Amino acid sequence: MKLMLALVPILPMLGFLVLSIFGGKMPRKWIALTGTGMIGIPALLTLLIGVIFLLSPPASGSITVTLWEWLSTGGLTASIAFRLDALSLAFIFVITFIGFLIHVYSVEFMEGDEGYARFFAYMNLFVSSMLILVLADNLLLMYLGWEGVGLCSYLLIGFWYKEPANGYAARKAFIITRIGDTAMIIGLFLLYIHLNSLNIQELMQQASMQWTGGSNLATWAAFLLLGGALGKSAQLPLQTWLPDAMAGPSPVSALIHAATMVTAGVYLIARTHVLFALAPAAQMAVAVIGALTLLLAGFSALTQHDLKRVLAYSTISQIGYMFLTLGVGAWSAGIFHFMVHAFFKALLFLAGGAVILVLNEEHDIFKMGGLRKKLPVVFWTFLIGSASLAALPLVTAGFYSKDQILWFAWSADKGNLWLWAAAITGAFLTSLYTFRLVFLVFFGETKIEPIRQPGRLMALPMIVLAGFSLVAGFIESGSIGNIHIFSGFMDKVLPAVIVSHESIPEILFQLLSAIISIGGIYLAYIFYLKKPALGHSFDHLPLNHFFYEGWGFDRVYDFLFVRPVVWLANIDKNDFIDIFNKAIAQVTVLANRLLIRTQNGKLRWYIMGFALGIVFILTILMNL
Amino acid sequence: MILVLLLCILIIGGIMAWVAGKWHDLASRIISLAALTIDLILLIWIYNSSAAGQGNWWIDYRMNWIPTLGISLHLALDGLSYLLLVLTIILGIVSVLISWKEIKDKTGFFHFNILWILAGIAGVFLSLDLFLFYFFWELMLVPMYFLINIWGHENRIYAAYKFFIYTQASGLLMFLAILALYFIHGRASGMYTFDYEQLLGTQISGPVAFILMGGFLAAFLVKLPVVPLHNWLPDAHTEAPTAGSVILAGLLLKTGAYGLLRFVLPLFPSASVSFAPIGMILGVVGILYGAKLAFAQTDLKRLVAYTSVSHMGFVILGIYAFNRIAFQGVMMQIIAHAISTGALFILVGQLYERIHTRDISKMGGLWKQVPVMGAMGMIFSMASLGLPGMGNFIAEFLILTGTFKASILFTTIASVGLVAATIYALRIVQKVFLGKTSTDWKISDLSIREKFISAVMVIVIIYLGLFPQKVITTAESALTKTLNSVENTMPVTTNLTKPAP
Repeated sequence: MKLMLALVPILPMLGFLVLSIFGGKMPRKWIALTGTGMIGIPALLTLLIGVIFLLSPPASGSITVTLWEWLSTGGLTASIAFRLDALSLAFIFVITFIGFLIHVYSVEFMEGDEGYARFFAYMNLFVSSMLILVLADNLLLMYLGWEGVGLCSYLLIGFWYKEPANGYAARKAFIITRIGDTAMIIGLFLLYIHLNSLNIQELMQQASMQWTGGSNLATWAAFLLLGGALGKSAQLPLQTWLPDAMAGPSPVSALIHAATMVTAGVYLIARTHVLFALAPAAQMAVAVIGALTLLLAGFSALTQHDLKRVLAYSTISQIGYMFLTLGVGAWSAGIFHFMVHAFFKALLFLAGGAVILVLNEEHDIFKMGGLRKKLPVVFWTFLIGSASLAALPLVTAGFYSKDQILWFAWSADKGNLWLWAAAITGAFLTSLYTFRLVFLVFFGETKIEPIRQPGRLMALPMIVLAGFSLVAGFIESGSIGNIHIFSGFMDKVLPAVIVSHESIPEILFQLLSAIISIGGIYLAYIFYLKKPALGHSFDHLPLNHFFYEGWGFDRVYDFLFVRPVVWLANIDKNDFIDIFNKAIAQVTVLANRLLIRTQNGKLRWYIMGFALGIVFILTILMNL
Repeated sequence: MILVLLLCILIIGGIMAWVAGKWHDLASRIISLAALTIDLILLIWIYNSSAAGQGNWWIDYRMNWIPTLGISLHLALDGLSYLLLVLTIILGIVSVLISWKEIKDKTGFFHFNILWILAGIAGVFLSLDLFLFYFFWELMLVPMYFLINIWGHENRIYAAYKFFIYTQASGLLMFLAILALYFIHGRASGMYTFDYEQLLGTQISGPVAFILMGGFLAAFLVKLPVVPLHNWLPDAHTEAPTAGSVILAGLLLKTGAYGLLRFVLPLFPSASVSFAPIGMILGVVGILYGAKLAFAQTDLKRLVAYTSVSHMGFVILGIYAFNRIAFQGVMMQIIAHAISTGALFILVGQLYERIHTRDISKMGGLWKQVPVMGAMGMIFSMASLGLPGMGNFIAEFLILTGTFKASILFTTIASVGLVAATIYALRIVQKVFLGKTSTDWKISDLSIREKFISAVMVIVIIYLGLFPQKVITTAESALTKTLNSVENTMPVTTNLTKPAP
């Protein structure tokens, strides 16, 4: 068991090493086999581990495997050690399975790309880092995974490096997330100095023993960690990198920028929930930021023209939901939404990527249309993914996870009407922008003919994910059918949500969210299929452009940060301190020139100098 | 005796390489390589011998030199100097290997200079007699001056002068301080000696201690360097041949850090404690200002040179945090920075050999042609920005954790340097290897020799990042010595340096 657990992150790392060292000389088939195999085996291992974990749960609720002591000095110790519990099991399941499916998809999708080996090497490195992130038993190792996934995200956004815009997007992602990471590492310093450990479990124990609720230190620590979470999970105010990150290949967007890496912030908060519970201000901030982000990104998604940018804003918005849920203390509901979202959003990116691929790199949804008949597999899977995203009642997984969120946003003890209002508005926006996409791309008249059909390797992962997007919800159905497998599984790790407002029964909320979801779809149908003129009439509103630009954040940041930095670099390129050195040299040379003048061979000058010298000395002597 | 042997091999090897160079270039290369390899074997043997890790000094060797003046040939080795010696020899081997094709002119004399610089540096790390220490301190300057002056780039004469004047002037101040210390100690105890261990306990009154410490600081802070005494560095690093840049960045700067840890803190503990806030400010300023200047450069080599200023800021910040964790971070930063910046300089050298420019506006899109070089550039840029998994991260993490104990404010400001490092490091990768190709360079990727060097550097930097414990353990007792000397004089009320339980 311990060996299997250790192998889960090690195998993809091995795959990365093999591919990056020998990849240039390997035949494509071998590259594909190594790349997918090194994710496939861990996926199977995870399944096995999961079964064992479920059948005979360890007494402590967790298994730890220590590989070696990383460093130890002056009381600071950290190990390379992996710890598996229900929370990390849910994450590694999603990472390895969706990761494997996306790797299979990529075998065909990236076919013909000259950087084939490089692509799979980076993807394997990513999966390995992500697994380290969620399995780490201490914050330092988690930070290693945390930065590792950031690196892979940078490498893969800028995968097609010849285009300078891609390089720009990649650097933007890296730098903005690093700003969050820096806050996080300061949080690590603070936690270590005050609680004397980096081990997550010990830290949480110490925190609850030493710190009282709402104490200054706890609040600071929670806010600093939150900084890291905001950067990675693209939440307000560090969300601006994610839409640009779509410059990477679509499988990358599916795996990194939808299903896994961007939810690292959700994981971090859930993992350190004890700390956040001790810092009500920080936890409230999580909820409020989540609510604001989900609205802001929802509006932006509504106005985009680029298929992938719609999905990117949708991702930001859905992660906003997860933050909101964590913020109100419904920990396991947040993780449940992470899992369901991973399925349908990965699916949407894969299907969307397939559309873009077969339309010869056309990203503009207004230039697409009528693909329903031309690409049946893509259409049906995309439709299922969209239905799940829009939380279509009863049949989709998204309904069950979203519905819980809406319920807890109001009913949890930290929830309130405002949070609920934001969530329900967001739900409406979600189904509106999602089906705007569906109707524009797959219905109406055909504008571009697809050049080919996606092959079997691309179709299969989409079909599997579509299946999950439908049925994954049935393990946690809330009051309908009363199934609580997922939250029951999580309750060893994450405390149950405290429900304090129960005056209105949950079923009413479910009914309302069902109406909202279907209403959004209907409205999308009116605006974008039945009466397109009506939909177009919004295009020229000034607000539309404002939403389209992501609420002007990029412009403000450019003005506040980018330009001052560049200005500062330019005004002092040659280092003004060097002027002093040059000045010393110049003064010396000048003095030299002046003194040279005195040696001119003219006798009267010398006599003059001689006489003046005598007068000078005599004056001094006489004054003594 | 083995310590004398270590130095003699370098000194004699240098002379032999010079003589052999008159006969054949290859001979002097092989002699240099052989001398360094023998030293490396000796060092490995020391590590595995029973002396390693034992007592105050692993090996302590003393022989009278000028007994009437109290000058002796006193060499000693502990964990701190051991690690630095290994680093010296490894970078020495790397320097010889990278110059294999680059240096074709006066090869014999070139290798003589390399080995004598290394001898000077090794001597600095081993000397426990202040007179001897000063002797070695000067010994490393002159050959380095020649190295820049003869084999450097376009503006080499100016750079060599600047380097020489800066270090010579500051070294002179240190010499005055050494002499003053010698007389103060002599007058008080009646025993005139330059011996480090004798001088350690010298009681010096406050203001005088401050002045004497100033003399030492002048030499060490110029070497390190700290802003605003750093101006020699970008010129010297940029104009030196690749081997010169590697030795400058990897070793010469480190003698400054070593000097602070070995001499300034133990000799002037209470003055050091008063100086600590200024030291930390200097560190923070260096981190940010160096990073800012690095970002502004268009000359790739100059860019890398300024990153050194930024990274050395962490060193001084950690030294003046006065605690074990920060000290360990400083040690790790010394080694990791030597490897990562050395590797970047090597990369710049390799690029220069191929495209004959260091101007990044003329580069771009080189990845397609030279993927292995690109990968190296990527790896060492990541090391430079402190990516976890590399030695540099361990270093910066330990330094900042330690500093957090001493000052939350300085730690926070210094952490901004992590973001700044990201900005300049990504700029290197983008401008050189990614983006559109601006010129149709037809260039070849790394040769087997070059691949070997790079692979060694990659393995070392990742080893340091994943298995730093060996280095930490080796340095522990030596750093404790320094730490204790400071802690003993600190007022009890400040709990800055209270070691963690």
